[in-house]
Order: sequence, then C-alpha cells, then structure tokens
Amino acid sequence: MATFSLKINGKTQQVDVDPATPMLWVLRDHLNLVGTKYGCGIAQCGACTIHLGEVAVRSCQLPVSAIGEQAITTIEGLSPDGDHPVQRAWLEHDVAQCGYCQAGQIMNAAALLKSNPNPTDAEIESAMNGNICRCATYLRIKVAIKTAVKSTAKS
Amino acid sequence: MDTIKKRINRRDFLKVSALAGGGMMLSFSWLAGCKSTSEEVSNLPKAWFELNSYIKIGDNGMVTLMSPNPEFGSNVKTSLPMLLAEELDVDWKNVMVEQADFFPERYDRQFTGGSLAMQMAWKPLRTAGATARHLLIQAAAQTWKVPADEITTKDGILHHKGSGKEAGYGELASQAAKIEVPKEVSLKKVGDFKIIGNSERNVEGLNIVTGKPLFTLDYKQEAMLIAMIAHPPAFGLKVKAVEDSAARAMPGIKDVFVIKTLADDYERNGFDTTSFTEMVVVVGNTTWEVMNAKKALKVEWEKIADTTIAVSGRGGKQTVTIPAGLESTEGHKVKMAEMAKKTGKVLRKDGNPESVFKTAEKVIERTYTAPFLAHNCMEPVNSFAHVTKENAEIIAPIQAPESIMQALAARLGLPKEKIHIKLARMGGGFGQRAYGHHLVEAAVISQKLNAPVKLVYTREDDMTYGIYRPMYTATYKAALDENNNMIAYQVKAGGIPESPLGYSQNRFPAGAVDHYLAEEWMLNSNITIGAFRAPRSNFLGAVEQSFLDEVAELAGKDPIDFRLELLERAQNKPVGELNDYDPERYAGVLKLVRDKSDWKQAKNGIHRGVSAYFCHNTYVAQVINLTMQENKPLVEKVYAAVDCGVVVNPDAATNMGEGGIIDGIGNALYGEMTFQEGVPQKNNFHNYRMIRHSEAPKAIEIHFVKSEADPTGLGEPLFPPIFAALANALYKATGQREYTQPFLQSKKPLV
Ligand code: FES
Ligand code: FES
Repeated sequence: MATFSLKINGKTQQVDVDPATPMLWVLRDHLNLVGTKYGCGIAQCGACTIHLGEVAVRSCQLPVSAIGEQAITTIEGLSPDGDHPVQRAWLEHDVAQCGYCQAGQIMNAAALLKSNPNPTDAEIESAMNGNICRCATYLRIKVAIKTAVKSTAKS
Repeated sequence: MDTIKKRINRRDFLKVSALAGGGMMLSFSWLAGCKSTSEEVSNLPKAWFELNSYIKIGDNGMVTLMSPNPEFGSNVKTSLPMLLAEELDVDWKNVMVEQADFFPERYDRQFTGGSLAMQMAWKPLRTAGATARHLLIQAAAQTWKVPADEITTKDGILHHKGSGKEAGYGELASQAAKIEVPKEVSLKKVGDFKIIGNSERNVEGLNIVTGKPLFTLDYKQEAMLIAMIAHPPAFGLKVKAVEDSAARAMPGIKDVFVIKTLADDYERNGFDTTSFTEMVVVVGNTTWEVMNAKKALKVEWEKIADTTIAVSGRGGKQTVTIPAGLESTEGHKVKMAEMAKKTGKVLRKDGNPESVFKTAEKVIERTYTAPFLAHNCMEPVNSFAHVTKENAEIIAPIQAPESIMQALAARLGLPKEKIHIKLARMGGGFGQRAYGHHLVEAAVISQKLNAPVKLVYTREDDMTYGIYRPMYTATYKAALDENNNMIAYQVKAGGIPESPLGYSQNRFPAGAVDHYLAEEWMLNSNITIGAFRAPRSNFLGAVEQSFLDEVAELAGKDPIDFRLELLERAQNKPVGELNDYDPERYAGVLKLVRDKSDWKQAKNGIHRGVSAYFCHNTYVAQVINLTMQENKPLVEKVYAAVDCGVVVNPDAATNMGEGGIIDGIGNALYGEMTFQEGVPQKNNFHNYRMIRHSEAPKAIEIHFVKSEADPTGLGEPLFPPIFAALANALYKATGQREYTQPFLQSKKPLV
C-alpha cells in the first residue's frame, strides 16, 4: 500500500492503494468514478479510456504509480454538463445502443480532436480502431465525430 | 417496495391506487435515469397519483411512465413508453421514464429477447395509456358536469368546448385515480399517431454520454464485498481440491470457498442453463485485490462422469445427459461429418424428392458449417445480491428475470415474493443474458457471507463460461428441370448440441417447390449453448441464402428474379398448408431493395451480393456493395429493406438495424470459438476477433416498408441474411464460394 495524490478532473484526491493497481480500478473502486468501464483489462477494447494530460490512454493497463503529477480526465470531468462538442454530437446522433462502450469512445474521440481537429475518415477509423462497440454503433460514432469537428470549428 | 408488493395483486393490474410522496422519484434515482435535470427534480410534484402500473401523474402535471422490460440496448426504455404516451396523449417532452423493477404482479412479460418486446407490448401498453386517459376524461366530466364524450385531450390538457373549461392532467389526477377502470377502451388508429412513428431520442442519452452509473457493474453500497469466481478451465472438468492459503493471505481478501449453485436433483427450466454448478469463490474488498488473489489460487480439477439432469421445457419434463469427456473442435468436425451422412429425423416432406433428384436435369449439393460463437457483451457477467434471512435483493443484467426466479427460490429457500430483482441497464445481452446463472451465484455467495456482494466475472471468465451459439452444419440439395425451374429442394441440418432446423422447416422455400425435404440431427455435448441474436436463424438464413444464390447461378437467373419467381409460386400455388411466411411481404422487401440499390445497374469494381430472410415475423432483404482493397474485402455500402409493420421509433430502429448488419458482417468474417481438450481457445479480445471501426461498412441505408401492420421484431432479423449477402458478394469478388464460417479465418491469405 502507498498513498498517491492524484489530479483528477481538476481536483486533487488521495488514495491509499497497492502501487500496481490500474487506474481503472482506482477510479471505479476507490474514487467512485464508474463512468470509466472495464471491458477486457488487457488494453484491447478501449472501454476504460481516460485522458492522461491530453492523451487518450487505457486505464486498465496504467498503474497508479505511473501517474505522478500528470492530470487525469475521466468521462465525468470531460465537461461540466455533458456539453463537450463530442458529447453533444453523440446526443444529436443518438449514438448509443447499450451505451457501455460509449464513455471510452467519447474520451478517445475527444483526444483525437484535440490533437487533430480535422481528421480524415481514415484517420478517424485508425484512431478509433482500438475501441470495440459490441452493439456496432461504428457508423454513428464516425458521423458524430464529424459533427463535433464542425461545431468545434464554428465556436 | 415490499409493502407495495403485498398490497397489489395481478387482478389489480389496471386498478387504481394512489401513491403519494414527492420523495419517490429520488428514491429511484440510481437506476431511474429519467430525463430530469437537477432543476426539474426540485420542481417535483408534491403528490403522485398512480393511474395504473405504468403511469403516474403528479399534481403539477408531470408524467412518469414505467418501462417494464429490461434494457439491453434495443432502446425499449424509450420506445415502449412512447406507446403509453401516445394513447395517454401527453407531450413527450413532459414525460419522465423510469425503469420498472421485476414485478410480475404489476407488469406482464418483463422479458427482452426474441425480438418480441415491441410485438408483445404493442396492445397492452397502448391500452394502459388509453385507460389512463379515459379515467382523466371521466374525472373531468364529473368535475365539470359535462358529458364525457364532449371532452377532448391534447398534450396533457383536457378541454371541453361547450363550456370552455380546460385543465391539465395534474389537476384531475387525484380525482381520476378514484374512478373505476373501464372494461374496454378504444385505441387510436395508425394514421392518428403523434408520437409513434416519430424519432424520439434515447431517454438515457445524457446519462450515457456523461458516464453516470447505469450498469450493475457500477453499483455500490455500504459494506459491499467483491466476489470473483474461478470456474473450471475446460468443459468436462469439475473442482477436485482447492489450495487457497496463498490467496487468503493476500491483501484485502476476506474469504475463499467453493459454492454449489444448483442441487443435483433440482429440476431446471429452459433458462437455468448453467455450465458449472460448482466453482471456487474469492471474496474481498476491491476488484483488483480479488483479481490478484484469484490468480494465486491453486485448484485441482478432475474429469466429470456422465451426469443426468432433469429439465422441464416446451415438451414437458426431460432427462438430459451431460456427457463426460474433453471435447475438441477437430473431433466435433469429424463427428458432424459422420452424422451428416446418416438419415436425419424428417421434419417436413412434400412430394417425392428422392426420385426427382435421380432424374432431374441439374442437381446441386453444398455443405455449410459454422462455429460456436461467444456473445462477448461489453459488460462482463456480473450481479449484485444481498440475501438475508428474510429476503433477497438482486440487481443484475438479466433479460429474463422471471425465468430465474424458480432457481433462486429453490436454492435460497425463500418464497418468490421475498426475492426482489432490479433490472439494471445491460451492457449488451444478445441472448446470453437470458440465462441468470450469475444471479444465483451472487445470491448464494451473499447468503453464505450474510453480506451485500457484487459478483464480477473477468472478461476471461465471461468468454470461457459457455452458453455459446451452437456449432452447426447443413447440407442443401436442389434440382432444376430443363427450364431451370427449381423442382426439388432438400436440407439436412444438425449441430452440437442442437439442430438449427427445429422451428424452421416451414419457412421459404418450403411451399414454393413441389418436392421438399427437411431433416435434422443433433450431437450431445457438455459445452453449453444458449440463444444468440436470432437463434438458429443466424445460421439458416446465412447458409440457405448463400445456397440459393448458387442455385440461381446454376439456373442462369438473376438471384432476385429467381427468388421472386419462387415467391410468386408460393403465393399463387403454395405447396402444403403450414408455410409460415407471407410471400407477398417477402417479395415486397426484395423489390424494395432491388429498387433502392439500383440492383440492375452494374458498377465497375463493385461486387454485389443479395440475400433475403424472414424471421421473428419480420421480412428483410439486403444488398452489399463490396470492393477488394489490397486483397481485403471492404463493404462500401449495405442496403436493407425491412418490413416490420409500424415502425415505432424510426431512428432508434435504424440504429438497431445498423447494429444487426455490422454485427453480422463481423461474425461472418471473424466470429469463432474453438476448443482443445474442452478448453475454449479464445479468452479475450486479443484472440477473439471482433469487428472494429475500420472494418465496418462505409455506409448503410435502411428502408422500412410503409405499413399499418402491428409491429414485429427488429433486433434480430437484420442479422442472419447479411452473412449471405456478404458471402454472395465475396463470391463475385474472389470467384470462391464461402462454405465455412468465419470467412476470413479459414482463408489466411485474404486477411
Ligand atoms: S478495459 Fe482497458 S482496454 Fe479494455
Ligand atoms: S453501445 Fe453497446 S457496446 Fe457500444
């Protein structure tokens, strides 16, 4: 056990856990941030995607001891009221079916647009390829990302 | 909830009872996921009046509609309440939706599966809405002292033209709640719908995109422990001995023990499918700690002997043998090939196919196989349970709560009324979540510990647990006469451990051909199976429609024209009386997809395949446009024509249709579970290939036939035929027919 001070969604929080604990379980079990999902635990499905700084990472393979000073953003902290352009686009296109994968999809898409504000179709596909949607909402995800691109460009 | 439960019995289904209390909404908030913002919550009514099980109206006019069925992503939580709102005549914007708990005394048929939710709810839920509206009108008539039939409603407002009186539903709700429920009410005509037929967004949308706790896996309560299981690593094994000292010594671990979930003499129902009744359980404080301790377990496994279990089902009580042995996919293939050579059980026979095959001008015979498939719902199996001496509280992803009640009651020693199941949103279901073994496991663990417990499967536990789509094979044979008319058709199909054909022998092309034979066989296994999106049809539709493509080619006919000819025959001069499809509606979707896809217009570099299938009472025809890019197939576009009667929520219906199509393409190309000595050979997404973004079709167009017929299924019917449309397009691209699923696993160079 060791104490870690983590900057999450703009707040600093302390946790006392085994240093090897993946951020996924620190968020879900210790900090009550359950929007980040467990899908595979081996960095293959993207359900657990969060932002480390501005980069999308798989929290299931990220030990808490590796975070240090870096700021973490989870789906709960992406925007105050669900009004991030990506979230709004998701609502506009009513993307979700079961919804389980969508936090991971949204976090990945938001990071993509941050680093590449106007991605091509091929760039969207390759950036999103690590996020499985078992309900197969892939087409809507792509359309929603394009809508988010437009609304970000306007604002 | 217990007090309410006792007061209300089934006969009170539509009986009026007034439930008061503004705090009620708040107490539902965990799984409620209503559309309310915090601002709206502070505007909650002071009293709610329940007009029936589905409808509560607040004194301020706020309307709460209960969604009875479990939600696994087909959007029933939005679409079913739309039926209530339509007949109640309220503005959808002013409605809040709550997920009902499993509560058979109050709700009929709380089951999501078989593409039946909308079909079964269509009349009852509209009736519940119309009944509540009737009560409000009566209340207004009494209060205003005017004839009821002069009162009109619009968007939650009652109006009497003669006197100019007007009131919101909220003002008359308390009065309405005292009025006797009518025996009959009339329902709106299809043309008069205002909500049904409009696309309403998912009521849970905002909660989903903001990461709110919606799923069982997200649930937490004071003093709750985490449990994980170690089930046998292979089918055909059971627990022999457990060495748990290392696991017990690990941080955060509370206990390690073996549970037995079902007694050996327990008579199972059809949904009590359980791969392993004995498993090792590790309990601790947090998921990560328990996961680690589980790895430190040393379990010795031993082979099972042949075992018999009693199962009651459609055909009465049966004794089923679970055979001993460690099975392998190679062995399965050999045995299936042997079975396919023997005569099967005849399910339907018309004319004299044997003799026609001997003398026909052209005969074609082809054999198709498909592997076991794992469901791989994104949310792994899990369940919360808190069992005390008096009662059991369960929260779980479960499609068929009613079906697991018997096992829970028997195993826990509690009467059914003392077992309360909350229906959490499911992170996918696809048939697998119809089987509630995880509820029993969680409840048994909780009962033993006398503590609230959340049972969590790892992805590996989930993927290797079983309840797979069965492995199937089918041999088709067709005969053409000198004019290239199909005069005989024969199918012999079987599987491990069930045949795909049992309920489908009267489907097309039965009825369209004079000489017809359908036979089936099955091979027993200890690998468990269960419903998987469009059970059985997901194989039959795939292979029959590939076969017909080949028959059409042999006949020198366009594959759509060929099918239309047969359907015309079935329409004008059907063979037999048991044919279970409507040839006109079947032809209708084929014609629609032909028009929408510009089928007759060949395009350079585009390879096209067509397919059509009828299952879950819905007719679907699909066309795929395919290109080959660096030797890999790329689906450019899919056109689908669908006849499912009235489309209640069109955009959501389209979403589900897209899902069915992409899921089908994914499983056709990659889906496969294999076994070696009983061990499932894939256990996570690194080796079980799922379709991903870049492999999804570039575009999908879904066209619904405009219809006033009662709605039919939608979650499943778009899934089976797409396998064949893809196979037929691939043939155009590669010159090779696809006989073995998954198409890309068997042909390495294509990948
Ligand atoms: S749970 Fe982390 S990638 Fe799947
Ligand atoms: S919406 Fe169900 S897994 Fe993506």
